[in-house]
Amino acid sequence: MRYDITLRVDYAYDFASDQARNLLHLLPRVVPGRQGVVASLLTVDPAPQERWDGLDFFGNGATWIAYHEPIDSISLSLKAQTVQTTPAMGMDLSPRLAGLEAEIGACQDLGPEAPHHFLGRSARVAPDPEMTAFARDHAGAGQSALQAVQAVGGALHREMAFDAAATDARTPTAEAFAQRRGVCQDFSHVMIACLRGLGIPAGYVSGFLRTLPPPGQPRLEGADAMHAWVRAWCGSDMGWVEFDPTNDTFVRDDHIVVSYGRDYADVAPVRGTLRSTGGQHTEHAVDVVPLDPA
Amino acid sequence: MTGGNAPSPAPDLPPLLAGYVPKPGVADELFDAGGGLRPVWRPLIDHLAKLTPEQIEEHFARGRTYLRDAGVYFRQYATTPAPERDWPLSPVPVLIHEGEWADICDGLTQRADLLEAVMADLYGPADLVRQGHLPAELVARSPEWLRPLVGVRPASGHFLHLVSFEISRNPDGSWFVIGDRTQAPSGAGFALENRMATTRIFNDLFPRENIHRLAGFFRAFRDAMDGLPGTANRRTAILTPGPNNASYFEHTYIARYLGALLLEGEDITVRDGQVMVRTIEGPQPLGTLWRRVDSDYTDPLELHEESQLGTPGLVNASRLGRVNLINALGSGVLEMRALMAFLPKVCTVLTGEALRLPNIATWWCGQPTERAYVKQNAGRMMIAGALAHDLPLDIGATTAVGGEFRSGARDSIDAWIDEEGALLVGQELVTLSTAPAWYEGRLVPHPMTVRVTAARTPRGWTFMPGGYARIGASDDATALAMQRGGAVADVWIVADGPVPHETLLPPGTRQLADPESLPSRAAENLYWLGRYVERAETALRLARAYQLRLLEAGSPDDPHPAHLSAFMAEVDLDAAQAIPSGVAAALAAAGACAGKVRDRFSIDGWAALQDLSRTLDQMAATVRPGDDAARATGVLLRKLTGFAGLVHENMYRFAGWRFLAFGRAVERCDALAAILAGLVAEGAPEGAAEIVVELGDSVMTHRRRYRGEATRDSVIDLLALDPNNPRAILFQLTEMLDLAARMPGAGRDGRPSALMRAILPLQARLAVAAPDALTDEALSGLRNELAVVSDLLSAEYLR
Repeated sequence: MRYDITLRVDYAYDFASDQARNLLHLLPRVVPGRQGVVASLLTVDPAPQERWDGLDFFGNGATWIAYHEPIDSISLSLKAQTVQTTPAMGMDLSPRLAGLEAEIGACQDLGPEAPHHFLGRSARVAPDPEMTAFARDHAGAGQSALQAVQAVGGALHREMAFDAAATDARTPTAEAFAQRRGVCQDFSHVMIACLRGLGIPAGYVSGFLRTLPPPGQPRLEGADAMHAWVRAWCGSDMGWVEFDPTNDTFVRDDHIVVSYGRDYADVAPVRGTLRSTGGQHTEHAVDVVPLDPA
Repeated sequence: MTGGNAPSPAPDLPPLLAGYVPKPGVADELFDAGGGLRPVWRPLIDHLAKLTPEQIEEHFARGRTYLRDAGVYFRQYATTPAPERDWPLSPVPVLIHEGEWADICDGLTQRADLLEAVMADLYGPADLVRQGHLPAELVARSPEWLRPLVGVRPASGHFLHLVSFEISRNPDGSWFVIGDRTQAPSGAGFALENRMATTRIFNDLFPRENIHRLAGFFRAFRDAMDGLPGTANRRTAILTPGPNNASYFEHTYIARYLGALLLEGEDITVRDGQVMVRTIEGPQPLGTLWRRVDSDYTDPLELHEESQLGTPGLVNASRLGRVNLINALGSGVLEMRALMAFLPKVCTVLTGEALRLPNIATWWCGQPTERAYVKQNAGRMMIAGALAHDLPLDIGATTAVGGEFRSGARDSIDAWIDEEGALLVGQELVTLSTAPAWYEGRLVPHPMTVRVTAARTPRGWTFMPGGYARIGASDDATALAMQRGGAVADVWIVADGPVPHETLLPPGTRQLADPESLPSRAAENLYWLGRYVERAETALRLARAYQLRLLEAGSPDDPHPAHLSAFMAEVDLDAAQAIPSGVAAALAAAGACAGKVRDRFSIDGWAALQDLSRTLDQMAATVRPGDDAARATGVLLRKLTGFAGLVHENMYRFAGWRFLAFGRAVERCDALAAILAGLVAEGAPEGAAEIVVELGDSVMTHRRRYRGEATRDSVIDLLALDPNNPRAILFQLTEMLDLAARMPGAGRDGRPSALMRAILPLQARLAVAAPDALTDEALSGLRNELAVVSDLLSAEYLR
């Protein structure tokens, strides 16, 4: 499936911000065997005095921008075309949970795909006895890693309510779990904490999701937003699989990957610091338009 | 290992050592295993033996006095809020012969090179992990292994430039390493202060020509920093977390000593990958940044996103190789406790030889065999977090010692190790050697560790010869004792003959650092220091005037006290308080500003300011309104004037001084305008003008220049329009104009700067005005215009 993706993010500041410097994670990445990028273009307005495009540690496309003069707004706009394939799940080749530790230990590697990065504490996901206990209630040592991923993801989908008013981008993971409410970012962070609690390496995926229109109705332009889901390492044979706890599904060809990281802090679409007093206002708009007939 | 038989002091020993009995099975610095006094100590002990305990005490007190007068302090983090504490000097130095010291340095040179190689690998190919010499899990879980720095080669060609090691002596007399400091080693500045203090103690007591001096080390280190690639004509700076850090005093001290800029994160900006300091003349490039901030906090853009201490873009500057960092970002990973378990093997793999100086025996509980071993031997282990980076002997650094939890939250060590395995590490519960400490009038053996600091120079690692040892608080020689805190002692490296005299500055090569590149934040703090001190003075004068009028009148409702208290209320001063709290607030603000520029502030000036605060604190609690308060405010005013005099008499007329003086002038103009508008306006009670003359400290001048009672006109003439009275607005405006003319960019293109253009019309207007032209409206208009001047100064120089 091919998609045309457009994204626009507008920031406006009450007072001109001095020396804005940002790190952007907005360009869809190539995922061999699953996602190709035909073209992508990120435009920043006004044009920054410094711009550098490169790859971060996890191999994501990253854009560093900086302004030398005060600015009162920034507009980011992305145009991209990608080609998606639904990952073939095939047979469950993952080890039982009890055997996963040995397979992890056998990986003597620090490369970006190595499972070790995704087990310990990260900036937004800390080990948490309550989430670990929740995960253990839904996945036993006799289950395979893949079964555990599905079981925990499904359980969270049932227990947590999607509620955009309950949390914001800075809500701690434990708080979202305690109130069983949140958005895709919270669902993903909670699931990551649960899986790590079981000893399953788990990371964060930021990306786009094509929202299917309700039957008989036209698709709503601009109704989509940036999405987030989870990737989990299910042993050396299966490797990484991706699960979307907000929608209780393994990812298909309508999940478009932008970045992989340990949690949101690694892949925040716009990270940055401003020397500014006063408030700021943000507008987001995303379109993910399928180019091939369904 | 030897030990077991307690050495008994030899019969020829002085009474001074009568109670000095090292414990069995513990090495001692003073006595060798056979109970003989080590030769290196003999001359010092002989000298001390000639003195009475009282004489010794008197000499030791000199060291403490020096440290207190010099303002040496550190912050004790164990309590909250962390108070400033006097530097805990143990006055007896630790003596090590230079031959033994050379062996130590040889072993630590190998270790420093090893750490450099490990870091280059962890941020490069990670071969040590792929070949199984370091567990991937351990590295990946370390919060100090910073992924954005992977693949970044340091501009200088090396990751490590300054490292330190905590070492002690085994019961068999050999030395071992307790911990490595690679993140941002501290102690070098305190070592200098230790040496200054012991110099005071021993200067007429003991010849020190055989003791290696510290200055040569600092010269070599400074030259090495200044000689790194791309540093020509660029400043070297020290990046500090700021006044709340435990070692801030050291940062200010070492910055002054080395002539480096002392900067905080917000002083620095990155432009096109170039690290710059914001100065009053705009951004200027830095060549070398010696960071005392932990790596993860140096760049909120790519590292710890909540950090308030860093500079966005610093990681990118490293990536582009445009700045030399001491040490490279990410060096904290080498301090991970569990690394000690693997270094002996890694050393053999990388260098083909064993560690010359072993480190404390360490077992990582992430491996089955090691985990079982730690469980079996928990009774003689310290067990702590594998990823922890504090030193094993620091307060609170271990969770279980000798098979017992330090705080009883759990019951089974075995279960704990099984559950948290890979996150735990067991370390041998070591026994430290003891050294003499002065305790209740005699020498007693207390456990000690020595901190050894090494700097990279073009000729290899160079070591600071001594300077810093930690002395335990009790005679318990197990490692545990050090965790209860203790003292710090100087370390003397003793040669057999005189050592050459070295100072920081070899003759003829002295190079003045550019005196004008003043960081904007320093300028801002000096400006506000000037303003707050002046504000405190005005508040004190008002308070004193009120108390005197109250004494005369007997009632606060009398016209004069009532008039004054109404005006004071307008400027947020409560006349009912014997010393209004506004005074303390202004002084606290002044202290905060001064604290941020301690590296550019005279030690006497700082001491005077502290003295003032202490006096105020004492008085505020006890002083009663009336006569008592009038006297107290008088005392405070004299101290404040003393401080101002010290600053204005003693401070070098560099750019910073101009901002301080400018702040004082602005505040004085503003206060005078407020007082004139508020106290001698239409309808003021008779005699109000006299009060204002007194507030303006111009009673004598007024008497000489004007006949009779003070009037509104005579007061305006004297306190606003007089060009020769420092207590007049016109005088201060002229002063401001003068100062502005000497600030950067003042004469650009032959035109006055924006700041000068704002002051000029004010000054001209007052220079030609008659007293009746200066109406209350004109005075409040002047205050608004002064606010504009202050804003212009900020916009031009302070951001």
